[in-house]
Amino acid sequence: MIRYTLTRFALLLLGLLVASVLIFLTLRVLPGDIAHLIAGVGSTPEQQDAIRERLGLDRPLPEQYLTWIGGLFRGDLGTSLLTGTSVVDELAQKAEVTVPLGILSLLIAVVISVPLGVLSAMRRGRASGTGLSVGAQTLAAVPVVWAGMMLVVVFAVWLGWLPAQGFPRSGWSDPWAALRALILPALTIGIVEGAMLLRFVRSATLQAVGQDFVRTAAAKGLTRDQALLRHGLPVVGLSVITVLGLQVAGIIVGAVVIEQLFSLPGIGRMLVADVAARDLPKVQGELLALTGFVLIVGFVVDLVHRVIDPRQREAS
Amino acid sequence: MSLEVQGLTIDIGDRRVVDGVSFAVPDGARVGLIGESGSGKSLTALAILGLLPDGATASGSVRWNGREILGLPDRELAALRGDEIGIVFQEPRTALNPIRTVGRQIAESIRIHEGLSKRDAAARAVAEASRVALPDPDRIVARYPHQLSGGQRQRVAIAMALACRPRLLIADEPTTALDVTIQAEILELLLSLVRDDGMSLVFITHDLAVLSQIATHGVVLEQGRVVEEAPVSQLLSAPASIVTQELLRDATATLWRPGGVE
Amino acid sequence: MSVDGTDAAPPAPTTPRRRSRWAWLGRLWALSTGRFGLIVVAVVGITAIVARFWTPFDPQKVDIANRWALPGWPHLLGTDGSGRDILSLLMAGARTTVFVAIGAGLVATVIGISLAALGALTARWVRESVAVFVDILIAFPVLIIAMMISAVWGGSLWVVIWAVGIGFGVNIARVTRPELRRVLQSDFVLAGRASGLTPAQNLWRHLLPNVAPVFIVQLSWGMAVAVLAEAGLSYLGFGAPVTEPSWGLLLAQLQQFIGVHPLSVVWPGLAITITVLGLNLLGDALREATDPTLSRSPFATRRARLHIPEVVS
Repeated sequence: MIRYTLTRFALLLLGLLVASVLIFLTLRVLPGDIAHLIAGVGSTPEQQDAIRERLGLDRPLPEQYLTWIGGLFRGDLGTSLLTGTSVVDELAQKAEVTVPLGILSLLIAVVISVPLGVLSAMRRGRASGTGLSVGAQTLAAVPVVWAGMMLVVVFAVWLGWLPAQGFPRSGWSDPWAALRALILPALTIGIVEGAMLLRFVRSATLQAVGQDFVRTAAAKGLTRDQALLRHGLPVVGLSVITVLGLQVAGIIVGAVVIEQLFSLPGIGRMLVADVAARDLPKVQGELLALTGFVLIVGFVVDLVHRVIDPRQREAS
Repeated sequence: MSLEVQGLTIDIGDRRVVDGVSFAVPDGARVGLIGESGSGKSLTALAILGLLPDGATASGSVRWNGREILGLPDRELAALRGDEIGIVFQEPRTALNPIRTVGRQIAESIRIHEGLSKRDAAARAVAEASRVALPDPDRIVARYPHQLSGGQRQRVAIAMALACRPRLLIADEPTTALDVTIQAEILELLLSLVRDDGMSLVFITHDLAVLSQIATHGVVLEQGRVVEEAPVSQLLSAPASIVTQELLRDATATLWRPGGVE
Repeated sequence: MSVDGTDAAPPAPTTPRRRSRWAWLGRLWALSTGRFGLIVVAVVGITAIVARFWTPFDPQKVDIANRWALPGWPHLLGTDGSGRDILSLLMAGARTTVFVAIGAGLVATVIGISLAALGALTARWVRESVAVFVDILIAFPVLIIAMMISAVWGGSLWVVIWAVGIGFGVNIARVTRPELRRVLQSDFVLAGRASGLTPAQNLWRHLLPNVAPVFIVQLSWGMAVAVLAEAGLSYLGFGAPVTEPSWGLLLAQLQQFIGVHPLSVVWPGLAITITVLGLNLLGDALREATDPTLSRSPFATRRARLHIPEVVS
């Protein structure tokens, strides 16, 4: 177990390294002369040089990279080109919107998909099972933006129960208002992600149906449904945990778009604005943070999976 | 307690894989179902217990103690399974739940039909484990299947099947997947348990040599049909059908003991 | 190799090799998912081609007097806030969709096959590092890649194509590499090598036909991802420029009026959903039609005419 953790951790570090190099290369090297871009048309070479020096662009590449990485260890992800604010500060602030949104979305997705996915597998061949499967298939094809719009039309425009946009300026000081602002967004992401997860749960359950030990359980005296639920599901649960990493990535992507749709002041919307403004240092830091987050989640999920599964607890 | 199968027919999609199979297992009898792989033996067994896989449908008649059980709702069949009719499958590697201890799995059989508490069932599980000659029963019940050998796993499967003392045991090629050295032990175990309890036995195999050690009557299947039915001694000495003759030829090679070919 | 579950199956009919190669198409059509997928793809494709030459109205033609018209005649799906005909916009948008899907598909193919080949056909240390590299890249969501590219080069349809191409290409590599290795070690390929075929000929004759089924399935799903990505990225402003017709862009433009004209967004949304659904189902159907060893229960419906899972020689 220790050995596995260490190997996996090494892989995590390697992944972070590769990610950081890729992000660095793409955003620092490719744009060419950004000093020129930033200084603007009609700027003097001296102005451009000043910018270059300020950004450290005149240093050799490896040195720039190491400076950046060095900053990471000090907890500094860079500063905005336009506003001069620290990336870390902005991330922390916007996280108060995005993190609850993400958690809520994940909860909704799991709560919808697991029972319905299992049910659709148990009722395979019958109308209800096929209906669930087709429904999930269709929902998974819906662009998350459009799903959000439709929910807004129903719940905000027609019924007026929930806000169509925005997040209270006072943040979480009024928890109920903040929550109300997040319900539709989380529901949107949760339903679309849930549809994808449902198909996976269904397929995993169908696999469980064919497992020999589920048949043995029925042979002992359980009904076939009982045998599936009691013996097949924990194994299904294990495989769902494996996909959780993918789900998190999907939720992040969903959040980027949904925050735009619902005008939520979160990390996603900030990222979009920064990319549009070509605030490269900031984008660099944000992307690294996001990728790092995804990689770390994958690492944790792998470890949890390993711990839970008694088959793998014994050293291989 | 007798089993009567009449005209059992099983279709998978539009293909008929078992066609009009009939045989009887009187109380206390030990009947063998023998044939090449693919002859429909296992499906017959599964059909009796209502455990056919998706896409397979069965028709005909299966009577247990005079009661028609083919086509019964799953809930009623489940009451029979384990309690009156037990089954042991071929592959011990996959027949046990990998994430539960073997003790819990044996105890589950007992709790389903006898409603014992967790603690009592656990104690019974130890007793059942020792009955199937598992080494160190009180320690082994805490182990997981992957920690046991193939032979041990099969013993666990037998313990699970017999925990509630069913009247009929169906054994679907229980020794085929095991080491040759272990096969004999498992066969002996089955034989003694079946005899001690006066259970009826349906033993499925493709090996006449194995059959001869455990069954008194043999039903020979080929491509889903019964081609011969006779006492095992007759099958061995005077096989009537070509299928049986071929099976005998294959078996003779294994009947020959050390000193000769394997 | 043994034929499926029972040995009681009749001997395989001796069909000429060419016919059996295309037999999967028939099976594809027989599946309801396959039929639906093929029809959707055909409709979208044909619409895209037709739109190149003709649409009921000029998609960009502004007609303030007739804005927000409800579906009817002559505007079958109504008009938007500037009086543009929605049906024409959808038809024109199909061109963008097809362009992105095919472009992304091509990029993904090249990247995927290259990485897979690198990961299967080369020396051991190269193989292992490629495998690790691929696993790391998988973690990059397509959107993140798209943002990275946009930050540097601004938004455009090419951003979508490259982002999806890279993201999905890596996925294809991950899935086809084991297939490649499996086939590499099969007898037919060894025989081919022994009889003097060059590696390239070997590749063409043996490897590709066997890897093709897995690959085609991934491609179909990848194109579905491309359509969704285009919608999302165009909505965010990193995809289609305002001058190009795009379903995603249309969503963005109509969004502001949701309060007043809620149902106008239904049309582009439906178009995207149906296209993605069609591509997804096509992928599922392709998988079923070309890989019969995929089963859900031990004796799943194996029909006698199923493709025998041996290496195509």
